Amino acid sequence: MKLDPVKMQLLKTIADLEAVPEGAYNVRDNGTLAGRNTTAHIDIVSKTDKPGIDIIVREGTKNERVDIPVLLTQTGLKDLVYNDFYIADGADVLIVAGCGIHNDGGELSQHDGVHTFHVGKNAHVKYVEKHYGEGEGTGERVLNPTTVIEIDEGGSLEMDTVQIKGVDSTYRKTSAVLAKDAKLLITEKIMTHGRQTATTDFYVKLGGDGSSAHVISRSVAKGQSHQQFLLSVDGDAACYGHTECDAIVLEGGTVSAVPKVNANNVDARLIHEAAIGKIAGDQLDKLMTLGLSEAEAEEMIINGFLK
Amino acid sequence: MLQLQHVSFAVNTDEGVKRIIDDVSLDLSERFVAFTGPNGGGKSTLAKLIMGLYRPTEGRIFLDGQDITDMSVTERAKAGICYGFQQPVRFKGITVHDLLNVAAGRTMTVAEACDCLAEVGLCARQYVNREIDANLSGGELKRIEIATVMARSATLTVFDEPEAGIDLWSFSNLISVFEDMYAKIKGTMLIISHQERILNIADRVVVLAAGKVERDGTKEEVLPSLLTATYCDRLKRV
Repeated sequence: MKLDPVKMQLLKTIADLEAVPEGAYNVRDNGTLAGRNTTAHIDIVSKTDKPGIDIIVREGTKNERVDIPVLLTQTGLKDLVYNDFYIADGADVLIVAGCGIHNDGGELSQHDGVHTFHVGKNAHVKYVEKHYGEGEGTGERVLNPTTVIEIDEGGSLEMDTVQIKGVDSTYRKTSAVLAKDAKLLITEKIMTHGRQTATTDFYVKLGGDGSSAHVISRSVAKGQSHQQFLLSVDGDAACYGHTECDAIVLEGGTVSAVPKVNANNVDARLIHEAAIGKIAGDQLDKLMTLGLSEAEAEEMIINGFLK
Repeated sequence: MLQLQHVSFAVNTDEGVKRIIDDVSLDLSERFVAFTGPNGGGKSTLAKLIMGLYRPTEGRIFLDGQDITDMSVTERAKAGICYGFQQPVRFKGITVHDLLNVAAGRTMTVAEACDCLAEVGLCARQYVNREIDANLSGGELKRIEIATVMARSATLTVFDEPEAGIDLWSFSNLISVFEDMYAKIKGTMLIISHQERILNIADRVVVLAAGKVERDGTKEEVLPSLLTATYCDRLKRV
């Protein structure tokens, strides 16, 4: 697999990869397959009915990693892909996805990825996803990730999703259904600037007794950007759900949070917290008493908040 | 070290202009100066005026002969002033180690950061990578606040009621922290406090009431008069 320096840099930004990964991987470059590797435990197969791949993680997988980055450098390209993950009972795997767009042209570049996870009994998945845009062109960079999660009894999924910068418009839709004793932890970090817009839409169905979900969203809206946080949790069993939306608004940035928590069972315990506002004055004061300028203090607070 | 020349701080209220600090002149060069007096007497305001968090409406402030009245908080910090907040600030995502690095102006090793925390009585390894957020108790936050101030090695250190908001057990430990600091500091430390045990360490005690210096002298001169019935009565009335 050969990639030019721009693509290698994108790969480093979204997946911390300096070279071709050692384990299983599938690199999608401007809508085509750039490279693939499978291992004894992890298979990757191209779909025949639509664009995308099936990632099959077999029983007995422990401490393995799969990389499935997407790179988009061709202006005007709209890429749509369906990736399905089949995680066998008891398997334990790290999946690193992400999309980097470098658009130097005047046309819209867009990647819409639909990822569906079938997490088996007592399996554990850590899913890391980074979205990033760059380039000097006037063409918009658009990313619309959809994540569908089904977790079987006793299984768990941790999802870290980050949109670092440079994405003009995004609609991020995530839905999850949890069986008995299943666990879900989602941590989302988003920063928007300029005239960008970002909508995050979470739906979690806590269907089994003993299931639990934590959804934590931290975001920063700068410039004239706007973010919307939509959330809906159904507590259908003796379950625990905790959701949190924390946002900093700066300059002319705006954020709205629309939570909906439904306790459909008398033993469901659901908590929602939301805090939106500018950086607290005493935080800036404290860092300035330690010698930072106001701009440096602001940067440190935001970097910490999104760490 | 620090000179206040006819410093006043006035604010507009519904009842007209209120002078919270009223023509205060002080020349402070002792190692440890304590400010005390009734609540609302202007102590915290004076501390904020020294750090630059507030600007005086009249008068000038000098540090080692340099007029710092028009300097920003950042400039004063760089000139050698540091300030311990009465209510320490919480930060999401910023760790104790991060804050100590900013205070020291360089990246501390884990061992150095641990030493800093050990000095304020915190079992260091448990704390160094913790976030300074709502999961820390008031007493823990206060000690971390003191550790960041100490890491700064400022020539003038101002503490606003370090004993506020901590429990009795933490308080007795805090006193020993300040006793140790007294032995180590190189510059001048100003502490606002109501606590006799803190006032007892001071070389000089200044009583501020209604924005003015009411008494000023060594602890031997000032402390006995603070404990008189009239003074205690007045404290109650306030």
